[in-house]
Amino acid sequence: MSLRNPLARAKGLGSAKDGTTHWWHQRLTALALMLLTPWFIIMMVGLIGDDLGTVRATLSQPLTVVLLTAFVLSLFWHARLGLQVVIEDYVHGGAELVLQVAVKFAYALAAIASLLAIGRIYFLA
Amino acid sequence: MATQERPLSPHLQVYRPQLTSVMSILHRGTGVVLALGSLVFAGWLVAAATGAEAFAAYSAVLASVPGKLALFAFSACLVYHFLNGIRHLAWDAGHGYDLPKAYASGYAVAVLAVVLTAVLWYFGVNAGGAA
Repeated sequence: MSLRNPLARAKGLGSAKDGTTHWWHQRLTALALMLLTPWFIIMMVGLIGDDLGTVRATLSQPLTVVLLTAFVLSLFWHARLGLQVVIEDYVHGGAELVLQVAVKFAYALAAIASLLAIGRIYFLA
Repeated sequence: MATQERPLSPHLQVYRPQLTSVMSILHRGTGVVLALGSLVFAGWLVAAATGAEAFAAYSAVLASVPGKLALFAFSACLVYHFLNGIRHLAWDAGHGYDLPKAYASGYAVAVLAVVLTAVLWYFGVNAGGAA
């Protein structure tokens, strides 16, 4: 006999209340990055040695803005989720909490800064 | 609070390293490197949005010898994590689990990672001259 509420069992969200969300988001962002990374690498190799004017002109193409925004969002969400698991596995005690919170803040800031930078480059052009 | 002195599986110190386990550890290691490197990329975007002076300073750091070494390490990690990530996604979808297949895909990833990193730097050095 289980004392668990049948509804809780049906929802399958477990005690942390988010079920397989972390695992699923890790895979979903992996899939997005699998599609976007080849495009990103080719673009970045093409920009090697270019001056700021050329870099801005490339980064402000409409399609590039859309794909780069998708890439940056997928990248920082994927990195944040991955680092969380690594910290959960190898860091314990007080340092774990500090590091987990620091990683969440750092990657939120990196995402915000990147999006604002992409927007500034786009609207400056 | 966990007991600190308890032995933990999988006893890395007595376990013979295998291709599969080494590649799994490398996937984590390269993932951490890439997560840190992604912050450098965010800095590059901000520098490009800020102005010519900031961008020139940032480019100079990346074009220096330590900068190039870091970029090379980063690109190698990216290629490996990208290829091995596809392997992991195939596993997640339920494919390639039996041992011969897991080893075949492992060797394929190892060889392709070296080749693709070399190709990337061939084009990178040719495109930018001094990078």
